[in-house]
Amino acid sequence: MADLSVNFCGIKAPNPFWLASAPPTDKAYNIERAFRAGWGGVVWKTLGEDGPPIVNVSGPRYGATYGSDRKVVGFNNIELITDRPLQINLDEIKAVKSRWPDRAILVSLMVPCEEEAWKTILRKVEDTGADGVELNFGCPHGMSERGMGAAVGQVPEYIEMVTRWCKANSRLPVVVKLTPNVTDIRKPAEAAKRGGADAVSLINTVNSILAVDLDAMAPAPHTDGKATHGGYCGPAVKPICLHMVAEIARNRETHGVPLSGIGGIETWRDAAEYIALGCGTVQVCTAAMVYGFKIVQEMISGLEAWMDEKGYATIDDFRGRAVANTTDWQYLNLDYVVKARIDQDLCIKCGRCHIACEDTSHQAISAMKDGVRHFEVIDAECVGCNLCASVCPVEHCIEMVPLVNEVDARTGRLVDGSYRNWTQHPNNPAVRQAAE
Amino acid sequence: MTADIDIRAGRLAAGDYAANFGDLHPLLADHEARLAAERCLFCYDPPCQTACPTAIDVPLFIRQIATGNRLGAAKTILAANPLGAMCARVCPTETLCQEACVRTAEGEPVEIGRLQRYATEPVIDGSRPLFRRAPPTGHSVAVVGAGPAGLACAHRLAVAGHDVTIFEARPKPGGLDEYGIASYKATDDIAQREVAWLLSVGGITLKAGAALGRDVTLAELRSTFDAVFLGLGLQAVNGLGLDDRGIAGIEDAVAFIARLREAQAEGRLDTVPVGRRVVVIGGGMTAIDAAVQAKKLGAEEVTLVYRRGPEAMGASRFEQELALTEGVAIRHFARPAALLADEGRLTGVEFCQTRIEDGRLADGDDLFVLPADMLLRAIGQAFAPAALDGAADVIALDGGRIAVDAERRTSLERVYAGGDCIAGGSDLTVVAVEDGKIAAAAIDRMLKGSVAAAAE
Repeated sequence: MADLSVNFCGIKAPNPFWLASAPPTDKAYNIERAFRAGWGGVVWKTLGEDGPPIVNVSGPRYGATYGSDRKVVGFNNIELITDRPLQINLDEIKAVKSRWPDRAILVSLMVPCEEEAWKTILRKVEDTGADGVELNFGCPHGMSERGMGAAVGQVPEYIEMVTRWCKANSRLPVVVKLTPNVTDIRKPAEAAKRGGADAVSLINTVNSILAVDLDAMAPAPHTDGKATHGGYCGPAVKPICLHMVAEIARNRETHGVPLSGIGGIETWRDAAEYIALGCGTVQVCTAAMVYGFKIVQEMISGLEAWMDEKGYATIDDFRGRAVANTTDWQYLNLDYVVKARIDQDLCIKCGRCHIACEDTSHQAISAMKDGVRHFEVIDAECVGCNLCASVCPVEHCIEMVPLVNEVDARTGRLVDGSYRNWTQHPNNPAVRQAAE
Repeated sequence: MTADIDIRAGRLAAGDYAANFGDLHPLLADHEARLAAERCLFCYDPPCQTACPTAIDVPLFIRQIATGNRLGAAKTILAANPLGAMCARVCPTETLCQEACVRTAEGEPVEIGRLQRYATEPVIDGSRPLFRRAPPTGHSVAVVGAGPAGLACAHRLAVAGHDVTIFEARPKPGGLDEYGIASYKATDDIAQREVAWLLSVGGITLKAGAALGRDVTLAELRSTFDAVFLGLGLQAVNGLGLDDRGIAGIEDAVAFIARLREAQAEGRLDTVPVGRRVVVIGGGMTAIDAAVQAKKLGAEEVTLVYRRGPEAMGASRFEQELALTEGVAIRHFARPAALLADEGRLTGVEFCQTRIEDGRLADGDDLFVLPADMLLRAIGQAFAPAALDGAADVIALDGGRIAVDAERRTSLERVYAGGDCIAGGSDLTVVAVEDGKIAAAAIDRMLKGSVAAAAE
């Protein structure tokens, strides 16, 4: 039976499924319910400085984008940090940690960019017995207008500076949370590492406007007729985050830094994908808000079953295994050829593969055979782009099959397992120049 | 005229038997299961789970199917209902979980039954036990009857570490799952495969062909074992109240179905005789199953006659519609008044119309005759006290069935009961399973004061 326990920069938890800093981790009430449901750890919703608490709009604060059957595929929020007095939060953290000693509790923090502010709050958090802190450098709205949140996360020098302050003034593990609203995620990650971060977590939310209300002529949702951008999250951002995690994991300067993956995790498989790219834990928010805390039971059950099936006894047995296979485009094998194959037994003859290919790709799928509606791939035209398989509504009906010791009907070349990438290709101007 | 009487086997072409008696609802393919599972909304305090007599966590297992964790889904189901594979095929989901499904409002509930079968089928096929027995307790329990109640009780007790011996009167275990469920619901020898999987947990000995009263007595069981569970089912079939002695062509629907199931198991449905014109008396699932299967065997006319209206029938609306779709004629508000025979063989049935008068069923004025070669009785079964082997004198009965309390205890010390043989049941496989679970938990508590069920 697989062991899901983790040790994340010294912080132990029974499983890697943690809740991200957000409304689900606002109060002891929420967190008690989460722990009862089985979550391995939480990051307490961001605490700010002592003083009058933040005030947010009454609403709406959230919106969603939907797939079919009104399934939430993307979520937008203008939530802020905690709106409860600091001391109440600190008291609750202490109480919850003592009731749940085996679960991880990190506390998310966002205070002004002054060492004294960080020093003060860190001391108070240490007194609660919490396991660590997460530095919120990612809030894309609300706080960034005041020199906090993303205003720091987008400036590597500030990240390094604040991280260094925290490490100097506390013995708690420091996790630095990164904003994705940057050009190159490696820079903030490197800065966090230079500052002494024990780990980085990513991503915070992506700047977004969900939709425009064409009657009110304002972005939706709007408050009293006006709207602002929010942070996008949920399944839609998972690919963005997976990329950023991979970039940090394979970057020489940051390789080996413990990573906590946050972005669109809904199922065991999502979590396993993040772990395969190097994450030691994952943090969930949107899925918990859409479905309730019970979803962790599916995640635990699914990850255990898959690990058993594959023979992975622990999380570390497969953590990061996909990093070595993540490379730059220019190193991909241009001699490797796949062709689309349509399974005629599964095909329901909707014709979507044909029109996608005919209108927008290589005109490699025919629509008729012997006067009857029938969809088949024309190998001589197929480049193996995978568009047809992507749009086909029947899972596994179209598969991309590699050619092995066969002639590619499109190019006439024998596909024999040779390797040649763009940096070696004669068509590459840089290669031709070097030859000259 | 006797020349018109026609009861024979082999009415269909050879290939038609497989087609007629194949799965009513075929197993979902992988991509179909995915789509069906994605319709589930993962409700809070799920109405489907509340409607399930065994409280299966339906949204969780469906979500597990949706995420490709078929094994996890099976564990979720079988932890709550060890006969989840059979229940998936036979449960009247249209009046239980699927009726409660919030998507029924749109006209289309989630296909819970088919999804449950999709999850459990591979587990039952394989030899992989999902549950690990607790360390042996040294206690032994006798279970009488290898039907769903007895099997569920035995499995739970075995998992708790007790040793169980099941005594089953018939040659094969399964009870009505093996002998009574309609063939098109219990294809591919599912009842036997499920029993094999249940027994694979270990600690259970099955003694087939051992009948209470004939081969072993209740007194012997009580003195040899630490506790006894009675899952006896209903042995007796209600009679029509007409003199049918010496008339060939009349039989109990349950016996007809049992013969048909046996033939199906041996691949010889073409040897089961059926009349050309068949009449079935009754309004429950058994009546429907018998009528539909008679038609599928090739009877030309099958008429089901019930003394009240459609809403009073025990069979659900779905089952009634299934019968009509399969070509069974259903007549309401009529009761059999006389049997017509020629030289000892049935030729027809005379019916008297009925009607509701002052809230009670009363005879009407009209009589009519239905010609028939074969008449099947399906007006209910009853508990036969004789099955208790003399203990009928001392065990309390209630309305003709064994009286039990909330823990399924009978009036005899350390004797428990569940399933169709107890008072107050609703004659469903899934309810029998829940009885078995409750009794097992009570027996376990009684034996060692703790409840243990370790899932692997």
